[in-house]
Amino acid sequence: MKIFKYGDDVNTDVIFPGKYTYTITDPYEMAKHALEDLDPDFVKTVEKGDIIVAGKNFGCGSSREQAATCIKYAGVDVIIAKSFSRIFYRNCINSGLLAIECPEVVDKITKDSKIEIKREENKLIVDGVEYSYPPIPEAVRDIIDDGGLIPHLQKKFKKG
Amino acid sequence: MGKTFAEKILAKKAGKDSVVPGEIVVVKPDYVMSHDNSAAIYGKFKSIGAEKVYNPEQVLIVLDHCVPAANEKYATNHKTVREFVEKYGIKNFYDINTGVCHQVVIEKGYARPGRLIVGSDSHTVSYGALGAFSCGIGRSEAAAIWATGEIWLKVPQTIKVVFKGKLNENATAKDTMLYLIGKIGADGALYKSVEFTGEGVKEFSIADRIVFSNMSVEMGAKNGYFAPDEKTYEYLKSRGISEGEYDVILPDEDAEYEQVIEIDLSEIKPQVAKPHTVDNVAPVEEVKGTKIHQALIGTCTNGRIEDIRAAVKILEGRKVNPKVRLLVFPASMEVYMQALKEGLFEKILEAGGIVMNPGCGPCLGAHEGVLAPGEVCISTANRNFKGRMGCKEAFIYLASPETVAASAIKGEICSVEDLK
Repeated sequence: MKIFKYGDDVNTDVIFPGKYTYTITDPYEMAKHALEDLDPDFVKTVEKGDIIVAGKNFGCGSSREQAATCIKYAGVDVIIAKSFSRIFYRNCINSGLLAIECPEVVDKITKDSKIEIKREENKLIVDGVEYSYPPIPEAVRDIIDDGGLIPHLQKKFKKG
Repeated sequence: MGKTFAEKILAKKAGKDSVVPGEIVVVKPDYVMSHDNSAAIYGKFKSIGAEKVYNPEQVLIVLDHCVPAANEKYATNHKTVREFVEKYGIKNFYDINTGVCHQVVIEKGYARPGRLIVGSDSHTVSYGALGAFSCGIGRSEAAAIWATGEIWLKVPQTIKVVFKGKLNENATAKDTMLYLIGKIGADGALYKSVEFTGEGVKEFSIADRIVFSNMSVEMGAKNGYFAPDEKTYEYLKSRGISEGEYDVILPDEDAEYEQVIEIDLSEIKPQVAKPHTVDNVAPVEEVKGTKIHQALIGTCTNGRIEDIRAAVKILEGRKVNPKVRLLVFPASMEVYMQALKEGLFEKILEAGGIVMNPGCGPCLGAHEGVLAPGEVCISTANRNFKGRMGCKEAFIYLASPETVAASAIKGEICSVEDLK
């Protein structure tokens, strides 16, 4: 598991440039451009299970859901940040991407840190030290558990 | 304890007596707005397995992001949207000859006091200018509303911005909003509802208020609200919307605010947001002399008739610097027609500018004026992120229509004062 660490106010234009928003529709194709204007090395080295750690207001700017989609399909399932932009945060929930808001841990994490996530307990263990993060609101937990909003609704509509 | 606007409207829409910040409510928005991304939303909608659109009246679509289509992909995208609209009987549809979605939603009377509107575009916050609660959502969520009619929202805490005093002649609403964003930062109002209040608000026109509401998302806000007043009612009346056709929801006087920010309008000078973040704000004075290659007037932030009039006042009788491309995008066909009737285009063309069709244009880097590496653009838009206008090695400054027009004349960033 590798850790990609970024600063404050990473915006959706550098995560997934606007020029691709209507020309790329396949999520795996989106993944090839993830963080393109922030860190061109990201897509070259990212592997399944890697984690992104960032400063405050991660994902600010446009409402484009591809910003969450491209990160998810690049193999990242967890983003830990000091805070998230609100629409991006919603897009993470709806894409089944775990967005952990834990401001006190971010500066402690280095590229070589060992991170363990206890989802059920809303806890992070970083280099042996335990941190709690705010639980996902009960009302939306079902959405995450189902892997995102679309699968969640698929289930609902199937049941009728 | 009294309630804020956000608490009152969300309680009402959720059918509850009262709600508190942090609470999650499920609501049926009055409208769900989407644009060219409606094709992608349609794809998600189909995958959900719903047999019909829950409420076709709730769906509002405006094609504006890349109009007319720049290539086959965009064209196919538009085609898919038109097919959806036809198939499901969506009446609230505006094709590429109407304008930028947020301007259209306001002009066509969808944005009204007391309405709850969500949209799969971050600048959906614009409708707070008319006393609505409006915020951006994602594509999957828009598809979910098409299928189920509802969405969950978290009740936000509220920040109260109090405008005191009066703007100087050379300062505008845009300068004030840039100043505020610079002061509190890109996350200064994260997850929060913002209420713009104070004596100074009375002076701001509806066009001015839209600038504040539109850009409130640039400081992270969930919505940016102005309490309806005489100016609002007058505007609605001019749109054929009479009293009784909207629901005025006002915050209580003893509402609890997370924070109160006071701004003395008399201290505001012309401002710019420097590359590459909207909160990287400085007085124009500080970047005076920066050479520019392109100047853009338009977008959902500053493409209204008032903005074009203000720019033309400066352009009239002058010439755009030969090294600068001045692009003007009226925010809607209605604005376009009005500007045409007033003879404003003639003056822009005589000055050496180019008038484009209403639409988002190069604001999101899709077409119609994207930048080359090393180029500098001064724009009336709301974002200057790296790569925003199609090139990650270009530089974008944000400013008022007045400052953009003056800079286009001079060929370098300057304020109107510097032309005298």
